[in-house]
Amino acid sequence: MRRVAGPVLNVMRRELAGYFSTPVAWVFIVIFLVMAGVFAFYIGAFYDRGIADLDPFFTFHPWLYLFLVPAIAMRLWAEERRSGTVELLLTLPLTAWQAVLGKFLAAWLFIGLALLLTFPVWLTVNYLGAPDNGVIVAGYVGSWLMAGGFLAIGSCMSALTRNQVVAFILSVVVCFGFLLSGLPMVTDLFSGWAPQALLDTIADFSFLAHFATISRGVIDLRDLVYFALVITFWLLANTIVLEMKKAS
Amino acid sequence: MGVLQIEARQLSKHYGNLVAVDELSFEVGAGEVLGFLGPNGAGKSTTMKMLTGFLAPTSGTALINGHDIVDDSLAARRCIGYLPEGAPSYGEMGVRAFLQFVARARGFEGRKAAAAAAGAIERLNLDGVTEQPIETLSKGFKRRVGLAQAIIHDPQVLIMDEPTDGLDPNQKHEVRRLIREMSKDKIIVISTHLLEEVQALCNRAMIISGGRLLVDDTPAGLIARSRYHEAVTLVVEQPERVASVLSELPEARKVELREGELTVFPAPGRRLFEVIADAVRANGWAVSELRLEAGRLDEVFRQITRQEVS
Repeated sequence: MRRVAGPVLNVMRRELAGYFSTPVAWVFIVIFLVMAGVFAFYIGAFYDRGIADLDPFFTFHPWLYLFLVPAIAMRLWAEERRSGTVELLLTLPLTAWQAVLGKFLAAWLFIGLALLLTFPVWLTVNYLGAPDNGVIVAGYVGSWLMAGGFLAIGSCMSALTRNQVVAFILSVVVCFGFLLSGLPMVTDLFSGWAPQALLDTIADFSFLAHFATISRGVIDLRDLVYFALVITFWLLANTIVLEMKKAS
Repeated sequence: MGVLQIEARQLSKHYGNLVAVDELSFEVGAGEVLGFLGPNGAGKSTTMKMLTGFLAPTSGTALINGHDIVDDSLAARRCIGYLPEGAPSYGEMGVRAFLQFVARARGFEGRKAAAAAAGAIERLNLDGVTEQPIETLSKGFKRRVGLAQAIIHDPQVLIMDEPTDGLDPNQKHEVRRLIREMSKDKIIVISTHLLEEVQALCNRAMIISGGRLLVDDTPAGLIARSRYHEAVTLVVEQPERVASVLSELPEARKVELREGELTVFPAPGRRLFEVIADAVRANGWAVSELRLEAGRLDEVFRQITRQEVS
């Protein structure tokens, strides 16, 4: 166990320290908090609704993550390749999977921290009324899981290239596809010719649908499994990309 | 623990149609300091990247202390310390933090990791900069940090890709001294395109070009292949007249006059120096310089690698 987890934690610890020794962490956290606030209070009309919940806050998270998570993910592997440190990392006695997981966990924890720092919104809503805090906790859990899905996609895209801009654009596009796969603009492409089962499957891949059920306070095992599978799938793909680069 | 050695078996790497390394086979044993010599793009770096597990061979394999680099990559990597080209490191990290990260990755835990990092810091004289971010260090210090991470686990096999490239003469001297210090009971493989480096560091040299092994010899053996080997060069007044006299000597095969220097090449198996010294004395020539040539490595290198190209 120690032999397996040790290298993962070591990579994770180094990555996390890396965030805070550069301006990346502070810039990301400040922008995330400001944007989350702007969306919730202005566009989401948090006050005008007169309802004590965090619906307007969580509703915009998918859109916030669509750009901010790829911004964090784009450097994960592209930067290592550009600076040559990938050669150092992957010749240490650890597997590609351990390195992928360590990096992912560091970025995921970091996003989790940014998410936790939105707690003043929670304080505000509790001050103003009596919200269902169980629903709010579920909303946070769902939001973090969804961020993990975006992040796993972004990490894999980052391994494809040494160019961070390319990595960013690729991740935004793929994340956008996953986000919208339940909406008409994607399903319309398939309806009419594809069998209903395929249509349902594609619609089932939507981040939005799964996030929506969780953030309503319903922590359904299927939604948890869904996000766990998405994350695992993209991290495995990430590992395969690294192995392919090694053999290319 | 198996026998301390590297054994490459028909190691090959293809990039599409380009053959970077072409069925390279060789063995290196303990105590050897092997220099990979070759023009840029010869396949030196690619070979090292395969030995260290960064690239997978297209075909063939290599054994590091008996561990197959393809089938048992982690065990092979544990035996190796590696300094990649340009000594990359995480620039935003402090020297100590970086070395502790590498130590933990190398299997040291807790206090042992700190001790291993401290040991490497001491061996490479990094004491003054332990808390500085690596990106703020000079090139020479960065290279030393790279060496420190490579030796932190006291590896049996040390592989270094152009360890002194881009350093100033003092830093080069320093890095070579460090490598020489580490070379006891280990296998050291360095790549370089500097011929002086092979002479200064290695007890074995392999010239690689086009991904193939052209020559495997000692540095002294390489030099002996030079046409200048055992030749005598002198600077003298009226060189044309002296040249005509010397070319009559039975020991001389050929005399060349270039830029005021007269070089006499020996006939096979003959020694020239004493004969010429006698001739100088007997004829009373005004000689300002007289030297025995050891051989010119750059000339051997060009000759061998150019043959390959043409």
